[in-house]
Parts: sequence; structure tokens; C-alpha cells
Amino acid sequence: MEQTIIINPKDNVAIALQDIKEGEKFSLADGKKITALNNIPYSHKVALADIKKGEQIIKYGETIGFASEDIKQGHWVHAHNLHVEEK
Amino acid sequence: MNTFMGFERPNGSVGIRNHVVIIPSVACANGVVAHIVREVPEAVPLFHGHGCGRVGEMELHTRTLRNIGKNPNVAAVLVIGLGCEVIKGDWLGLAIAETKKPVEMLSIQAEGGSQKTAAKGISIVRKFLNETKKMKRVPCSFDSLIMGLECGGSDAFSGVTANPSVGLASDWLIEKGGTAILTENTEMIGTSHILERRAVSQEVGQRIKKMIDDAEKRTHDIMGPLASLVIAPGNMDGGMSSIQEKSLGCIVKGGISPITQVIDYGEIPSQKGLVLMDGPGYDNESMAGVAASGAQLMVFTTGRGNPIGFPIVPVIKVASTSKLYHSMKDDMDINAGAILEGKGLTEVGDELIALIEKVVEGEQPKAEKNRQDGILCLYTVNPAF
Repeated sequence: MEQTIIINPKDNVAIALQDIKEGEKFSLADGKKITALNNIPYSHKVALADIKKGEQIIKYGETIGFASEDIKQGHWVHAHNLHVEEK
Repeated sequence: MNTFMGFERPNGSVGIRNHVVIIPSVACANGVVAHIVREVPEAVPLFHGHGCGRVGEMELHTRTLRNIGKNPNVAAVLVIGLGCEVIKGDWLGLAIAETKKPVEMLSIQAEGGSQKTAAKGISIVRKFLNETKKMKRVPCSFDSLIMGLECGGSDAFSGVTANPSVGLASDWLIEKGGTAILTENTEMIGTSHILERRAVSQEVGQRIKKMIDDAEKRTHDIMGPLASLVIAPGNMDGGMSSIQEKSLGCIVKGGISPITQVIDYGEIPSQKGLVLMDGPGYDNESMAGVAASGAQLMVFTTGRGNPIGFPIVPVIKVASTSKLYHSMKDDMDINAGAILEGKGLTEVGDELIALIEKVVEGEQPKAEKNRQDGILCLYTVNPAF
């Protein structure tokens, strides 16, 4: 059982396929290991790389929002640190 | 495999099924249609609740009923009209007959009532069945196929497993010269800029923007000022952080192909490739529009487990999780949930493509086996009189 899934190679977030606990190391399909910096709930997003404040958050190879604060690799990504583009 | 065995129609279109259908031009003719199919159950009744009393929908409903009759899966059509209805059976029949497929029309008032009309209808339908049974499948090109892309009863993984698998199948068919129709405009809200970039021309891009802006405005008008800006709490709990993210999970059914055209609800596309249909998110109405646009096949993803099919179009069901696949095995064809257990996305995509190749040659997907036909639900915007 994989712990995460990356939908598009351009994505900088993966989706948790099970609850991942803070401090837990999880591996990606390519064997790379990342340590979760928060609890990542099932079906939620985790950062694959550091994302600076204002940078794009990419899923499906497309921008789904912008980092509202600096996000580190392994951080849970959700509405608390993802800012939707203003129209 | 570059060809498949299909039914070639007189106008050059290609069916993957060979149905004799009975279309009531108005809901008042449903009883006679029911009488005919009690006697001849092989005929497919297209019951619906419209055809009169909705002046505002005259054009939309005429187009939808006419184009469903024109769908290449339909080999022959009997139209039953009443006589005093708004959408006359005679014109509907004449418009369908442009395809040169066998079409006959009966009007209940002109025939002298229900029993006489049904008796004539039974003999017409039996004659049609004798003719259509003689038709043989011949090698046909995949570029004649139109595949409708649908989702219903979605869950947090629909956009992760099932919809991306369908996207691969959509790109595969388009690569072979065929057409895929992506619709459900309310599920495109927030992705206008992304879809516009994929448009083959500026004109198509503008049409995409207008379609999504209008859908957003309607949502806003009906559900209040915040309706189109926020996503449901259930979506949030499921890990969706923005409307873009949620809609991306829906539009991924359309793969990565360029968008060649935007069509109205039930309009037959003039372009091949990925086509967007300006239609509602409600599955049953969406499917009627896609069938009218000429789709011979539909692929339908579901997370909660929606069993519906369509009377004249085989519908392949793709489950987003193994839990759903196993709990509703009689309704589900493909388990995209296996991706969550380590199966590759392309492996599931290939499985779906292999099933499509069988279904176009006659294998019945679960919804077709289960006769999940139901009635035609026609998209309706204006009130009845």
C-alpha cells in the first residue's frame, strides 16, 4: 500500500492515501523519503518541496492556489496556508 | 487495432448498438409507447415528461429529442405524437429522417385513439426489428466514435483515481481521431483560465469563458452571493482547499487534449477531438444532452456509487475506491480504486481502454446488463405554462 499519490509530475503536493502522523517518514513512488511535519489526514495534501510565500501550489499540473506563508517540504497544505487567487 | 466492428448508418455515422426506438413527441403519448413495448419488449421506449406546455424550451427540447433520434446507436425510429402538442411528432420524425435511417410517425388523434395507434405501432416496430436484425457489423474507424465523459456521486478520490483514468481513455480516443465530450459546466467553475489555454482558437477560448461565467452567475443567482465562491464543507473535510482544486478533479476526465469546440446542450459537434458541452451538472439531464450530441458510448465515474445508465448508450462505470467497487460489484465495471493500493494509473487507464474496445463491439457494461435505462431527463430552464 502506497502512502501517497502524485497526480502529475509537475505537482508540488502529493495526496495522502492514509493518515500520516507528524514525524512519520513516508516514501514516494520514486523511493524518495519525506518526513511529515504535521499530521496529514487521509485524502489531504502534503508539500513535496519547500514552497515560498506567494508561490504556486500545483496539483493536476495546474495552479490550485498560492502559498499564504512559507511552506516546508512535508507540511500539510490546506486552506490555512493556501490562498486562492484573487479575481 | 485501428478499426472496430460497428453498424454503419446510411449517413456515414457509426453505431455501436442497433436499437429500434420509440420516441413520444410529447409526454401524453407515453401510454401508447408503453403499450407497444409491452407487446414488443425488444424496442426501446424513450419516455420523457415534455413536448408541450414549455414554450421557452421549444428549441432546446426539439433539438434534444431530434438528435437523440439521430444518435448512430439508433437503427430505426417510430415517433408517436398526439396531434395537438407543441413539438409535433411529424416534424420530429421528418427531422430524424434526414439521417436516412428508417423513420415512421403516428399521431394518436389522427389514428383514432390509443388502441389503433398502438396496433399500428406494434406492426411498424416488428417490421423495423426484422430489418435491423439483418444488419451486420462492419469494420469502422475509431474516428467515428464520440464518448461522453460523466461523473456522479463523487467522493474525495474521484478526482485522484477514477477521473484521471478516464482522462487517459479520452486522450487515447482523441489520438485515434475520435471525439470526447466533457460537460457539467457547474463543475468547471474556477478553471476557466486553464481550459481557455487549451482552446484551439481565441474564439473557442472566449466561448469557454462565457460558458463558465454564465454557470457561475446562474449558481450565484439561485444559491446566493457566496454559492460560487465557496466549496462545500464536505469537500473541505475531504482535503479540497479551493474551487479550482475541486473543479480540476472533474475536468481531468478530459485528459490533456486541446479543446476544439464548445457546443450547446444536445448539439451535434462539427469538430473532432475534445469538445465541451454547455450543459448542467445533474447527471441524468447531462447524459440526455450527451446522447443527443451523438455519443455512442459514455464513461461515468462515481465515488458514492451511482448505478444509472442510458437507454440507447452503453455506460461504463468507473469506481473511485476498491470499497465501492466491491460493495456494488453488480454496477461497477472498472476499479480505479486499485490505484490507491499501488496499481499504476496507466494500468487502470489501459484496463478501461481494453473494456471500451470490447463495449464498442457489443459487450455489455454493467449498467446496460442491469437495464438501468430510466426515462429521458431533458434539461429545462424555463417554467411550464
